[in-house]
Amino acid sequence: MSDIAARPRLPLSYRVRNPVLQFVLRQPLGAAGIVIIAVMLLAGIFAPLIAPYDPLATDFMAMVSPPSWEHWAGTDTFGRDIFSRLIYGARTALIIGLCSSFLGSSVGAILGAASAYFGGKIDIAIQALINLLLSIPIIVLALVVVAVLGRTIVAGIDINLIFAIAIPMVGRVARVIRSAALSVRAMPYIDAAQAAGYSNSRIILRHMAPNLVAPYLILLTGYIAQAILLEATLSFLGLGVVEPTPAWGLMLAGSTISFFREAPWTLLFPGLAISLAVFAFNLFGDALRDWLDPKFKV
Amino acid sequence: MLAYFGKRFAQMFLTLLGVTVLVFFLLRVVPGDVVAMKLRGDGANVSDQTLALERARLGLDKSLVAQFGDWMVGVTKLDLGRSMWTDRPVVEEIAIRFQLTLEIAILATILGVLIAFPLGILSALTAGSWIDQIIRVITIGGIAIPGFWVGMLTLLALLAIFNWLPPITFTPIYVDPVANLTQLFWPALTVGYRLSAVVARLLRSSLLEILNEDYIRTARAKGVYERVVIIRHALRNALLPAVTIIGLEFAFLVGGLVVTEQVFNLNGVGKLFIDAVAHNDFTLIQGIVVMIAFFYIFVNFLVDLTYAALDPRVRVR
Repeated sequence: MSDIAARPRLPLSYRVRNPVLQFVLRQPLGAAGIVIIAVMLLAGIFAPLIAPYDPLATDFMAMVSPPSWEHWAGTDTFGRDIFSRLIYGARTALIIGLCSSFLGSSVGAILGAASAYFGGKIDIAIQALINLLLSIPIIVLALVVVAVLGRTIVAGIDINLIFAIAIPMVGRVARVIRSAALSVRAMPYIDAAQAAGYSNSRIILRHMAPNLVAPYLILLTGYIAQAILLEATLSFLGLGVVEPTPAWGLMLAGSTISFFREAPWTLLFPGLAISLAVFAFNLFGDALRDWLDPKFKV
Repeated sequence: MLAYFGKRFAQMFLTLLGVTVLVFFLLRVVPGDVVAMKLRGDGANVSDQTLALERARLGLDKSLVAQFGDWMVGVTKLDLGRSMWTDRPVVEEIAIRFQLTLEIAILATILGVLIAFPLGILSALTAGSWIDQIIRVITIGGIAIPGFWVGMLTLLALLAIFNWLPPITFTPIYVDPVANLTQLFWPALTVGYRLSAVVARLLRSSLLEILNEDYIRTARAKGVYERVVIIRHALRNALLPAVTIIGLEFAFLVGGLVVTEQVFNLNGVGKLFIDAVAHNDFTLIQGIVVMIAFFYIFVNFLVDLTYAALDPRVRVR
């Protein structure tokens, strides 16, 4: 009877029944991403409860002090607690990242789906517009939008910054969704829906959209990472989030540039926060892609 | 091939035309008066007469159609107007900085490719192993870690190890090649890291796909050395998409340079662009965006032609 044991055993990840454990074993990097995202979300939502100091409070007696038990990540050139600013910075990064990615991906998806569904002249026109948008680098296009729109602050958040980050995504999302939508468009059930006399908007929203959810979600999470990175970059350049709002990119700008050699902690922690956040959303996006649609390529 | 060239050339010309039109209108939707924003932006007391004079100087008092005509005629003569801030011709402002930016872009592409190929090939050959996992983390890092932070960390490390700070003035390569290269190597490496990440990831996935093809199995079955299978049969075919992405990323490097030039205090086109946005210098913004887009579209055209020359199937499509 012992020769039964010689049968090759399935890898551990296939023997585990618990779906959570299964995901962790099959997608360890993706699971790590989810954990970091969860920590970030909690930090952002409960910032006032977690942060040991007011992120805006200046303490001129403790300017540029190195990490200690009082200030875990040290203080900046205004004597503000960097750890508290990092926690509040998660809020800024998440709000701007989620909003702009949702906006950019959604507009892009609608354009892409419409382009594929209608075809003909509408397709050519949308394609031409997308090609024009794609011939300008993301950050350059975002900076142009910043220059054109200026600032409109609503509830402490710069609405125009969200547009500036969302607009460069539109063309890129539209192109990918269009190619996915073209194959959905060719399905017999779309012809059937047309034969049944349904309106165009009903066919796009009720018949095509559900089949485009997978690529849409993959693009959406991927672009959250991009949006956080772009927001940090714009803030670093002094053209995104403005002082005194705590934002990771902004914490690396201004006086940090002149002092980071003497006070490396002002440089290390915010950069680490940005990298971890972008890393996490990228890993999560990769895992989501493997799970939803292994053949899909961005 | 000639027919493909003609078709592709016409397409490039139309895109160039479209970008020129798009950029013109993009900057005309600015809410409010550009001139008032520039002169009165910081609450300065400037008379309406001065504003009118400034508008006339920049040609902004003409009708939109006339302005559009001026712009389009100007672009064909490589005259992109004058900077609203320094009053020098936009083309001149770009030209004196272009050499520096182009040099870093070329250097960054070379460094990026030198890093990407070993990483991409190694991770494809060891797919699933711990080596592959480490390389995957390195390459995702290239995409996730902000370029300006990599730049600042590099500066910090150089200061700590070699006690070296980047020089304040730029030395052109024909004056002193060694000084020039030591100055530009580090910014090029920070930009090249990102490029290498993109290329290595693409190389890995296309190599993996090709290694599953029938002709690879045939080659192995007939006893070809594994080294020859990988270099002659697999790598040669994986090269095509890699070349495309290298070309496109090269044309888009200006985007990464916007940030890196700021960190390393290099006076290139990227820094000029940031200054233009910070000063609301709309004629300069317009000129730089058109130039960057033209460069991208032209490189894209060259990449497509190379692709068509290497792969006959492309010409038919």
